[in-house]
Amino acid sequence: MSDKAKSIASKKTSGQDERLKEVSKLRLLLNRPELGAVGGAILVFIFFGIVAGDTGMFSAYGTLNFLDVSANLGIIAIAAAMLMIGGEFDLSIGSMIGFAGICIAIPAIYWGWPLWVSIIFAFAMAVLVGYFNGILVVRTGLPSFIVTLAMLFILRGATLAITRLITGRTQVPGLRVLIENDPIAWMFATDTFKWLFTWLGSMNLIALRTDGTPLATGIPPSVIWFIAATLFATWILMKTRYGNWIFASGGDKNGATNVGVPVGRVKISLFIGTAVAATIFATIQVLDAGSADTMRGNLKELEAIAAAVVGGCLLTGGYGSAIGAAFGALIFGTVSMGIFYTDVDTDWFKVFLGAMMLIAVVFNNYIRKRVTETK
Amino acid sequence: MSENLIEFNNISKFFGKVIALKDVTMKLKKGEIMCLLGDNGAGKSTLIKTLAGVHKPDEGEIVIEGKKTVFDSPKDALDMGIGTVYQDLALVPLMSVTRNFFMGREPLKGLPFLKTFDIEKANQIAAERMGQIGIDVRDPSQAVGTMSGGERQCLAISRAIYFGAKVLVLDEPTSALGVHQASMVLKYIVKAASQGLAVILITHNVHHAYPVGNSFTVLNRGKSLGTFNKKDISREELLGMMAGGEELDKLEVELKEMDRLSKN
Repeated sequence: MSDKAKSIASKKTSGQDERLKEVSKLRLLLNRPELGAVGGAILVFIFFGIVAGDTGMFSAYGTLNFLDVSANLGIIAIAAAMLMIGGEFDLSIGSMIGFAGICIAIPAIYWGWPLWVSIIFAFAMAVLVGYFNGILVVRTGLPSFIVTLAMLFILRGATLAITRLITGRTQVPGLRVLIENDPIAWMFATDTFKWLFTWLGSMNLIALRTDGTPLATGIPPSVIWFIAATLFATWILMKTRYGNWIFASGGDKNGATNVGVPVGRVKISLFIGTAVAATIFATIQVLDAGSADTMRGNLKELEAIAAAVVGGCLLTGGYGSAIGAAFGALIFGTVSMGIFYTDVDTDWFKVFLGAMMLIAVVFNNYIRKRVTETK
Repeated sequence: MSENLIEFNNISKFFGKVIALKDVTMKLKKGEIMCLLGDNGAGKSTLIKTLAGVHKPDEGEIVIEGKKTVFDSPKDALDMGIGTVYQDLALVPLMSVTRNFFMGREPLKGLPFLKTFDIEKANQIAAERMGQIGIDVRDPSQAVGTMSGGERQCLAISRAIYFGAKVLVLDEPTSALGVHQASMVLKYIVKAASQGLAVILITHNVHHAYPVGNSFTVLNRGKSLGTFNKKDISREELLGMMAGGEELDKLEVELKEMDRLSKN
């Protein structure tokens, strides 16, 4: 029997296309969007474990420090990732952070509003800004890159101008005294699991201050919000109808419209999501610092997008994951803090950030080819 | 009551001064495959869009199961059981087979105010449906981008049937496919018809249409040249009737002339 005849015979007996190779579990795993970020995070931890393992970076205090930085970035990175999966960009995230900050501080300090009313006011403004971004992009069909770049300047400029007009300065301090007994502020300003850290301190498992209280007092609110946001976003993307619509809207706008997906509504809601995430970021930081600064959040939009890209989001939309973005933020947060514990000059952080992003884009491109073009 | 599942009676459509369709009449029974043939610009796209509810006809009437019907929107047409599969298929390559199959119409489960996408059920239905066509989806969560052109076409058709199409309108389902892939799609179309669907197959490829069609309607410059049963017309006659007929004869003469000149 010739080779050809053999192969035909084997095809008939097995009932399968002889050109198909068995797909291993490993290959399936390799096709997940968050793979690069998870692998990258592991490498980063191994690296710092070797060069900075004995410096206190991985002590309770040090760990909470880099987790706090990662978590803050992560909150906006996850929202940015959702929007990118939906096929759009938001460059106004950083400006929205500054704007939300003064939306809390000016009413609370200068107009005598209760803090919780000011916080709700800031979130209401975020919904408005997000809706405006979204409706502009959906109605005009212009690239969101341009529309939100305009919004980046408008919001930052308005934040500066309004603050100087009302206060005569560019910073609004004095919020710390208002936090106590406020019905909402605690959600953004309280460390949790304090009992755990007190206990760990009493057992001499973590570092103590001279007065006997633990150096690390509890899990910062940013970390709780970050974990909640990761879980919520992942649930939406993987388990809900709306999640399927996000992938569809970003993957093929026309196709999605043809089968009845309300693409416009999906995109508008995602723009509202990034603005709200920016406001969560702003509220945590403003209450932590006790003051609002008009320049707060500067360039954060680019870091958020970078984390989303490292997390496996495609710039063209339709592909990515919230867990990936969370790990992307973890990488950046860990490196930006960890670099202090090494002999490397901190100036090199941005070089790392850029290089990391380049590697991620090349890698993502390869993954996309694998996912869509393997036959 | 009429035994026709769908009737197009003297449909006309004008865009300003342009007559896109004039007095087009078509009738389809259950289980019948009608091929709509025509060259580019013959009015095929306008006719599809009229069927799909995108355009409203300016004259004439659409009759479905004996009832006169007006489609106000594409959704109306869908609700009446007209399933249109456009050339772009409305599939997202980066999304999984299941997610594409149920895109925009995801099955839900759970509490009334907290419904989630029932992905297990969706996976099961998608794999089952693809299996019926003879496409072995190893993993319904694999991306559609990994499927061949023929498989994608079959997926889109299967989706239209699953969501209640009684009349399938297929826009050039074989135009971008090789011989093997095209025959796979055509086989599936015949199977769908044998299960009681009426199929309108729009194509400019007589060689794909002739083996599967029961009847043939030829469009030329917005007018119907008539509907013919298979026994009454040959493949060559059909080819001749499409605008290309005369032109191809002319081309043949010209080529012979060139050949003669180059030999000298």
